[in-house]
Amino acid sequence: MTHTVVDLDPIGIGEGEIMEVSMGPHHPSTHGVFRMDVRLEGERVVRLKPVFGYLHRNHEKIAEHGAYLSAIPYTDRLDYLCSMTNNWGYCLAVEKLAGLQVPERAEYIRVIVAELTRFQNHAGLVGFLLQDMGASGTPLMYAFREREKVLDLFESLSGARMMCNYMRFGGLRVDASAAWLDEVRQLTARLPRFVDEFENLLRSNEILMARTQGAGVLSRKLAINAGVTGPMLRASGVNYDIRKVDRYGIYDRFEFRVPLGDHGDVYDRYMMRILEMRETVKILEQALRGIPEGPIMDPKVRLRGLRPKAGEAYGRIESPKGELGFFLISDGSTNPYRYRVRPPSMINLTILEDMCLGQNVADVVITLGSVDIVLGEVDR
Amino acid sequence: MSALPTPEDLKAQIEAGVAGAVLTVIPNGSPSAQHSLLLDNEHARAVAFFLRDHPDLCLDYCSLVTGIDWLDRETTEKVKVKRVVDGPDGSQQETEVEETHKTKHPGYLEAVYHLFSMEKKHGPVILRVRTGNRTDQTSIPSLTPVWRSAEFQEREAFDLYGIVFDGHPDLRRILMWDGFVDFPMRKDYVPPADDILATEAHR
Repeated sequence: MTHTVVDLDPIGIGEGEIMEVSMGPHHPSTHGVFRMDVRLEGERVVRLKPVFGYLHRNHEKIAEHGAYLSAIPYTDRLDYLCSMTNNWGYCLAVEKLAGLQVPERAEYIRVIVAELTRFQNHAGLVGFLLQDMGASGTPLMYAFREREKVLDLFESLSGARMMCNYMRFGGLRVDASAAWLDEVRQLTARLPRFVDEFENLLRSNEILMARTQGAGVLSRKLAINAGVTGPMLRASGVNYDIRKVDRYGIYDRFEFRVPLGDHGDVYDRYMMRILEMRETVKILEQALRGIPEGPIMDPKVRLRGLRPKAGEAYGRIESPKGELGFFLISDGSTNPYRYRVRPPSMINLTILEDMCLGQNVADVVITLGSVDIVLGEVDR
Repeated sequence: MSALPTPEDLKAQIEAGVAGAVLTVIPNGSPSAQHSLLLDNEHARAVAFFLRDHPDLCLDYCSLVTGIDWLDRETTEKVKVKRVVDGPDGSQQETEVEETHKTKHPGYLEAVYHLFSMEKKHGPVILRVRTGNRTDQTSIPSLTPVWRSAEFQEREAFDLYGIVFDGHPDLRRILMWDGFVDFPMRKDYVPPADDILATEAHR
């Protein structure tokens, strides 16, 4: 963690008080291969530049070389904790581009798996964040115990725990059985207790409050201008949830609230996740009550050899990390002329320096932890 | 959710609000019907400020910035023209012949901006800015001074497409390493041979 690096502009002689630290790329607090070039004056951060791209494989080029269908498994690997929502974002964009309809049952199952994804992502994030703060092990194990139950459900539905490759434009790959839905119902009934337990463990913990309140503050104005989205934006008090704004899929049928913070600090971002987990449970309950019988795939959709009319479309969803969008341009052939991912966790990193300036090194770690990045998506 | 004006109305509104700006509506043939506005490079930033600060439009949120590579292309068009030709008996006759006309369209790089409003909860308004060509006139004005969210995404378009954003505060490669020379997302990019690691430039 403490080797110096050759930097863009060398430090002048006489400023010997300033030290350069390269945090990462191999450091547990960076949640993957991510590096921060940090300049410190004593313990205080005076400059911080995020450096990434270690995991870059040019996902967009790969997708442009393949047919529309063949990009779906690659989207699993963007944010590898939330493959279901990645699938949905991409399928939504293709559906807009080609004007496809999705059967009602498929819409319900999409909501169910997406909300389960959100739940396990937020639980995992809170666990990791507390791990970063030194709450070694216990909260993370609590979170992972619950996450594993969700992943078991994904495995029995799609065959894979994390790389689900489950959705298709125009519907879903396989139907959910009645037994599977019952299992989801049983799990959903237990989830509020887990959130209570998790919250009681931490909410009024004095050390947690002292560490997180007032750390990594992001103002409302900067958050909007910098295109920050997801729980991080809402922690800064901006009421913008794409499930409410665009009402994509069937989100207009469910009653849920959008939690908002008012300080925009790490504590608010942490609380946002806890509160969103509760709202997620509400959506799950409603979706499981309302799910109809019926087909899961529009039979008219040509999965292989789809040739949308020349044109373009931008489809976006509220992924657990923020606005996940896919921008597609079709030239009338079988593969997209342009395929672009709007990666929420990369854009949320834009203001990392602004949040960290003037803080201690230890606060940089928790500020980054509260952003919720996944390097598979940042680097693509 | 308040409604946005149609692209044509928006074009008129911008041209009235920003002196000298010339916009073109680019229609979109897909069912999404997300039409876009092509800006002239000179007034691009003024238009961006206008859209952000206009009280009714209030496009405070720039969601997506991306580059696109449009190669040189040639279209052929078959036209029927009347010609006077020598007939088989030596007399002059007027007949209709078919001729193919080839038109060359020079390629360019394009940056696309998707704007939304967090305040008014509407969008998208799609802006496009084009470079002069793909080789030596690849500069367009940066919109990072208007929306911070363009900072990393413009860097990415610079890195992968070679679009130079004038006025960007920190235009460096972002995903590829600093010594890399080509632009991998361009359509005519040729990947290097496998022994790349053995060559001098990448040692």
